[in-house]
Amino acid sequence: MRKKFLSIPYVVWMALFVVTPLVLIVIYAFTASDGSFTVDNISGLGTYANVFGRSLWLAFIATVISLIIGYPFAYILSKESAAMQRITMMLIMLPMWINFILRTYSWMSILENTGLINQLLGKLGILAALGVDYIPLINTDGAVVLGMVYNYLPFMIMPIYSVIIKLDRSVIEAAQDLGANSFNVFFRVIFPLSLPGVLSGITMVFVPSISTFAISKLLGGGKDLLLGDLIEMQFLGGAYNPHLGSALSLVMMVIVMICMYLMNRFGEGEEQAVLL
Amino acid sequence: MSERLILLENINKSYGEKVILNNLNLYVRDKEFVTLLGPSGCGKTTTLRLIGGFETPDSGNIYFNGKIINNVPPHKRHVNTVFQRYALFTHLNVYDNIAFGLRIAKRPESEIREKVKEMLRLVNLSGYEQRHVSNLSGGEQQRIAIARALVNHPKVLLLDEPLGALDLKLRKEMQRELKAIQQQVGITFVYVTHDQEEALTMSDTIVIMKKGIIQQIGTPVDIYNEPKNAFVADFIGESNIIDGTMKKDLLVNFCGTDFPCLDTGFGINEPVDIVVRPEDITLTPYDKGQVTGKVTSVTFMGVHYEILVESEHFTWTVHSIRNASVGENVGIYLHPDDIHIMHKTPKEEDKNA
Repeated sequence: MRKKFLSIPYVVWMALFVVTPLVLIVIYAFTASDGSFTVDNISGLGTYANVFGRSLWLAFIATVISLIIGYPFAYILSKESAAMQRITMMLIMLPMWINFILRTYSWMSILENTGLINQLLGKLGILAALGVDYIPLINTDGAVVLGMVYNYLPFMIMPIYSVIIKLDRSVIEAAQDLGANSFNVFFRVIFPLSLPGVLSGITMVFVPSISTFAISKLLGGGKDLLLGDLIEMQFLGGAYNPHLGSALSLVMMVIVMICMYLMNRFGEGEEQAVLL
Repeated sequence: MSERLILLENINKSYGEKVILNNLNLYVRDKEFVTLLGPSGCGKTTTLRLIGGFETPDSGNIYFNGKIINNVPPHKRHVNTVFQRYALFTHLNVYDNIAFGLRIAKRPESEIREKVKEMLRLVNLSGYEQRHVSNLSGGEQQRIAIARALVNHPKVLLLDEPLGALDLKLRKEMQRELKAIQQQVGITFVYVTHDQEEALTMSDTIVIMKKGIIQQIGTPVDIYNEPKNAFVADFIGESNIIDGTMKKDLLVNFCGTDFPCLDTGFGINEPVDIVVRPEDITLTPYDKGQVTGKVTSVTFMGVHYEILVESEHFTWTVHSIRNASVGENVGIYLHPDDIHIMHKTPKEEDKNA
């Protein structure tokens, strides 16, 4: 209690860089360009329903794929030797030390019509067999989802892994002792107990996926907009309109919060290690 | 009480270089309360885990009802375990914790409801069905762990230091309850503890282990009154252990004095360990004692005083209900019946419970 002053830097930081921008977003969202109050920014968002829908859908797909890959990976990894676990963890982290944009660019050169994959398929004669010059990989929804999964998968693996690794070994033995075979041990004990990790993994993949703009721009070709692209355009692009941009951001935040709330309700009873 | 329900035969187990169990032989009879007792690292928990199926022996056989079960996985054994730190399922409430085994066995829900209720009554926690396990006290969690294991009607219940985390008063209460439960449900208990008092109060049979070797197997009374070696004597209750020499049958020499005793069959002049229980020593006036000494410390212990008497060769620990004062010169008298004589090098004990 006496050390309260130590929190001052953080409180100042929060006030300047978290609270103030949020307040500004709310103000902008509810004002017109002349500064007068209006709800037009919000009520007009109906035109962008397809963008919201597409963003939610792609983020959802990316999250599900991340979970399907990430959970078994984290589970199997937790059973490996300590050295194996350390090395693997480092390999998972390693790409994250490379610039995000650079990583995504490299996917471009892999997926391009004249990119690595198409070249390889050409050399193997598969393209000729199919009678095409190339298989379109880049500028598809698939490429966007791939980019999301590639970039955010570590955020799924890590929380799940750290929950599983901390599970009390004797709880698993207790389940075996009570007659559970490995199937039952997993689905009745290990999976439910690792739910807090799953929930925070989902959060940490879903939230950045729904708001990303770089990935869709680079891998999606920018022809079908995602929320992130749309918002970016309002601030930096030609369609300069910070009021609409703020309204979009605000609504997106509310949607994300609702998603998170529903998910936490679903995982109720677990430790509140999730969300923030 | 004669059927050998569990039989461990020539069991060896090591982790790397470290030998945990060294040619262990032990059997447990049906409906018996057997306690594996020893200091930490003596192999008692490993023995329990072998019976539970969580470890496999390097060599030797484990029999259950006459059949070898070395490689039977835990979920196929007719034993259940109460773990040291309870190992309750924190994602389930009390009811679902207890129902776990029955659900795996696909019992009908009506039967499960009945049995869970019965178990909660048995462990005195009726009405706790909907409680969340992490909100329970240590004692309550322990009872749930016992109920969760017992509801499956195992042939044998294994308990790994189940009362270790409880405070003294609760522990005493649970000791009585556990014993009552065991008699009520009539199943075999194999109990692991390092607490000698716990072992003495609850067991039908005590198995004392040290460094993977069984030191002695017997009833609590036998083990307390007739310890086979100095380790057992020291581990079960407090003891004065003195170096001595067996002069001949019925006569032993220690502390520079000859004492009449009741033991025969030792070699002439064989070096032996003498064990005397502190409560068996009689303090006498200075000139009446077989050994004399000076009181160096008196501690009030509640029921008795613990008095240290320093004699020429040995410092005696004496438990007496009569007080003495520090600096007082006293005599010590030992009744022949209270002098326990043991072979110096403990022979490896290996059979029977």
